[in-house]
Amino acid sequence: MIGILRIAYRLLVNDKGKFAALLVGVTFAVFLMIFVTSMFAGILNKSSATIINIGATVWVMDRSVNTPQNTIPVPDYLLDAVRSIAGVKYAVPLYSGMGLVKLRNGSYQTASVLGLDDTSLFGRPELVEGRIEDIYAENGFIVVKDEEFPKLGNPQLGTEFEINDNRGRIVGIAKVTSSGLFGVPTLYTTFRRAILYIPSMRYTISYILVEPKDSTAIPSIKREVALLGYEALTKEEFMRRTSDFYKYQTGIGTNILLMTVISFIVGLSISGQTFYTFILENLERFGALKAIGAKGSDLIYMILFQTGFTALLGYGLGIGLSAILIALAKLRLPDYASLMTFGNLGLALVMVLLIASISSYIAVRKVLRIEPFDIFRG
Amino acid sequence: MPAAAIDAQALSKWFGEGPTRTYAVREVSFEARFDEILYIVGPSGSGKTTLLSMISGILRPSTGRVMVKGIDLWSLSADRLADFRLNTVGFVFQDYHLFPRLTTVENVAIPLILKKRDWNGSLAEAMRYLEIVGLKDRAQLVPVKLSIGEQQRVAIARAIVSGPDILIFDEPTASLDGDTGRRIMEFVKRDVLNEHRCIVVVTHDNRIFEYADRILRMEDGRITRVDGMKSDEE
Repeated sequence: MIGILRIAYRLLVNDKGKFAALLVGVTFAVFLMIFVTSMFAGILNKSSATIINIGATVWVMDRSVNTPQNTIPVPDYLLDAVRSIAGVKYAVPLYSGMGLVKLRNGSYQTASVLGLDDTSLFGRPELVEGRIEDIYAENGFIVVKDEEFPKLGNPQLGTEFEINDNRGRIVGIAKVTSSGLFGVPTLYTTFRRAILYIPSMRYTISYILVEPKDSTAIPSIKREVALLGYEALTKEEFMRRTSDFYKYQTGIGTNILLMTVISFIVGLSISGQTFYTFILENLERFGALKAIGAKGSDLIYMILFQTGFTALLGYGLGIGLSAILIALAKLRLPDYASLMTFGNLGLALVMVLLIASISSYIAVRKVLRIEPFDIFRG
Repeated sequence: MPAAAIDAQALSKWFGEGPTRTYAVREVSFEARFDEILYIVGPSGSGKTTLLSMISGILRPSTGRVMVKGIDLWSLSADRLADFRLNTVGFVFQDYHLFPRLTTVENVAIPLILKKRDWNGSLAEAMRYLEIVGLKDRAQLVPVKLSIGEQQRVAIARAIVSGPDILIFDEPTASLDGDTGRRIMEFVKRDVLNEHRCIVVVTHDNRIFEYADRILRMEDGRITRVDGMKSDEE
């Protein structure tokens, strides 16, 4: 068996032109599939940045909320009602909104403002400079040092600015796990200061963050919140809802799906056609092998090996190429939304194996049909 | 009395059915023996290639029987038939059908590799046979770097490397000039033929008829004459 595969390997790689064309086809298809799906994964990841960074186990919100950015304020009494539900360890309010920052040079910059519960500061970011208690100081804000940080003029501790015509002062610089999708800097402050500085409706709480006593209490908390006319989602459910919104209600998902299908078709066309030509050119030799005494199974193993080898090599090269280009893009654009996940890699692997299977199927059919008698007839 | 190498009995082959049925071979019977070179000659379309295919286990006859070393060839399953060809028959095709992307020695080693022999052992054995056909120094070249005569010898080395009892040559000198063709057949007669081997040659090159032990002449799918140069038959 190994000898047959070595013959198959040599037939494949010694035909340098066709082998290169096959590899280019598969590599390009894998590259496109991974690049596009990674971009999508990056967008989805960034769209859930607030959920990831705040880290609450359960989020209570209005039923119409689709993403963390599209907040619909809930009434203050809901906070007390949620706190009284059996199984709730604690519940705190979160404000999420947008403020207009006027920089020292006179220019304006929109910023995302998160108001943390004054008592617990639940969901606070990890500080790299400053002290967390300074958030209670007059006009205190913590700025997140991410890709958007320079848009605030690279503020330092003590830097003052205007936010919605109120004075703000940087008292801490923080880092977060994930930066947001919309390319705006993030400021943290207390809940009270946030609703004081940012114009709001009658209701001020964007989300109620709940920590259950244990995970078994979550279903009953969700039921009780539903009875109140609102919705409680776990962190994962909220991320999924956000992801589903972008996938199915914005057209991004459809575009990505189309791009993936196009990549698949391009890969299949190039590698399928090249492999078919390769088989056609070697058809007489496969017929000669049959005449000499090769069994149908020997020829199938040879073809499967050739397509499998090309597919896996192309898959590896495609991943490498994608990784290099994503890394280069991130060097140039730090907030470039792209995330290579195991899901993307798995999808590309399935697609590339499908390309290999279809190419093999066509080739195997052709090779098994050739009659050794045709070799004698010329 | 030892079994004949090949015993063909009332072989017929037709293609198509009903009014479109065309006979390629009709009721042909003959015997081929060990230690002989048997030629099958005749004009194009006389059925010699079809006959060759039927006796070598490649094309199933419509009627009749082929016994090879006492075995009813066409009673074997497809896989057993492939094994039979691998172990018992060596082919030298008209266009040689060498793999252009493999080296000469790898081409020769193919039957051994198909027999699941290990790679290095197969190449070593193939090298021995390349030496027999005088091409040891060409072992690492690809076939396109060889002359037509050298390619022919590589094809012969590939046909004999697994030690088959029966060798099938299809128009072995069709692409060769007279001198090269004769040299090849001299080599076959001197170094390839032996008491354990039977060689069947399909040709219409009368320049090499002198190397035949017997000649079956075919026309319109039938054997019209048998010329025995060595045999007591006919």
